[in-house]
Amino acid sequence: MDKNMKILIVDDFSTMRRIVKNLLKDLGFTNTIEADDGRSALPILEKGGIDFLVTDWNMPGMTGIDLLKAVRSNPHLVNLPVLMVTAEAKREQIIMAAQAGVNGYVIKPFTAATLKEKIEKIFERIDR
Amino acid sequence: MKSDLLHLSKGLVAALEKNDEAGCDEILDQIADLRETHLFNEVGRLTRQLHDTMVSFSLDSKIAAIAEHDIPDAKERLHYVIAMTEQAANQTLTVVENLLPVSEQLGSQAATLSGKWGRFLDREMPFAEFKAMSHEISQHFEYSKHSLDNIHSGLNDILMAQGFQDITGQIIRRVIDLVQDLETSMVKVISISSRKPAPSEPSAVHNDLPGPVVPGIDDKDGDVAGSQVDVDDLLSSLGF
Repeated sequence: MDKNMKILIVDDFSTMRRIVKNLLKDLGFTNTIEADDGRSALPILEKGGIDFLVTDWNMPGMTGIDLLKAVRSNPHLVNLPVLMVTAEAKREQIIMAAQAGVNGYVIKPFTAATLKEKIEKIFERIDR
Repeated sequence: MKSDLLHLSKGLVAALEKNDEAGCDEILDQIADLRETHLFNEVGRLTRQLHDTMVSFSLDSKIAAIAEHDIPDAKERLHYVIAMTEQAANQTLTVVENLLPVSEQLGSQAATLSGKWGRFLDREMPFAEFKAMSHEISQHFEYSKHSLDNIHSGLNDILMAQGFQDITGQIIRRVIDLVQDLETSMVKVISISSRKPAPSEPSAVHNDLPGPVVPGIDDKDGDVAGSQVDVDDLLSSLGF
């Protein structure tokens, strides 16, 4: 796992973006940028250079699930690892995210250990 | 009405005195007509009132539903907001209370040592004291290392405690939507009872996502992942 990979954090709440950013920093990932919803995240992703996407689900403008679907339908982004960090905990939604091609799913409120574990698991699979 | 009746009655008395039987009958008919017209008006008024009441009853049932279900639901959600914010505040305060003495201790150790170090640099320190000081410096380094680790983990705990803001923000937004619905219904009832034209429909914000799970409200049907372990189990059953 490359600690210098560029990570895009998408959440409409700036406090949550700060938390995720600081947690990632603590795990050694310092190369992060932020966006406040899918609509502002998509152009950043399309420009290229993002190695990992961490996104919330419920956001105004464009939701995380729509962002995920947009990412998977773009040939340049189809293999981008995506971790969803969200308060949405209904089973049908977790299944929906899985079917849309999410790589990991963390429900809020979460712990630093959970985030670390899920990120490691995602990249373990990719590096294999 | 009253003046009409008085006028007719006077005519009736005059006709009776004149023994005018036909005149009497005609006036009696007029009095009967007058009473009937009044009765019809009254029945009409009552019918309208009944209709309006029925309409407002159907609105009332919506308000009743809000009062019976949505408001207690919102109250529980707001209680959860209180619980979460309280928990976050306590978590943060605990860390701060634990770390303040640590930083004080670090500060006072550094101040004492820097005083001694100054005396050493000015060559005012006997050898025996220097030996004691080097021991103190070693201890200070050890304490610093240990304390800074504690401060680091404490700061991370404080960071994590701020997660409440996102969850509570979403819950409160939902309660605001409910209050807005209630307000709209109330305005409708008021406009019916005062017969003023209804104001234009406010655009209610509809959100199809269930949002944060509030324990005891959203997890009753068992279709919700109560913890990260549930999420992981579900995903692994899907081949993740």
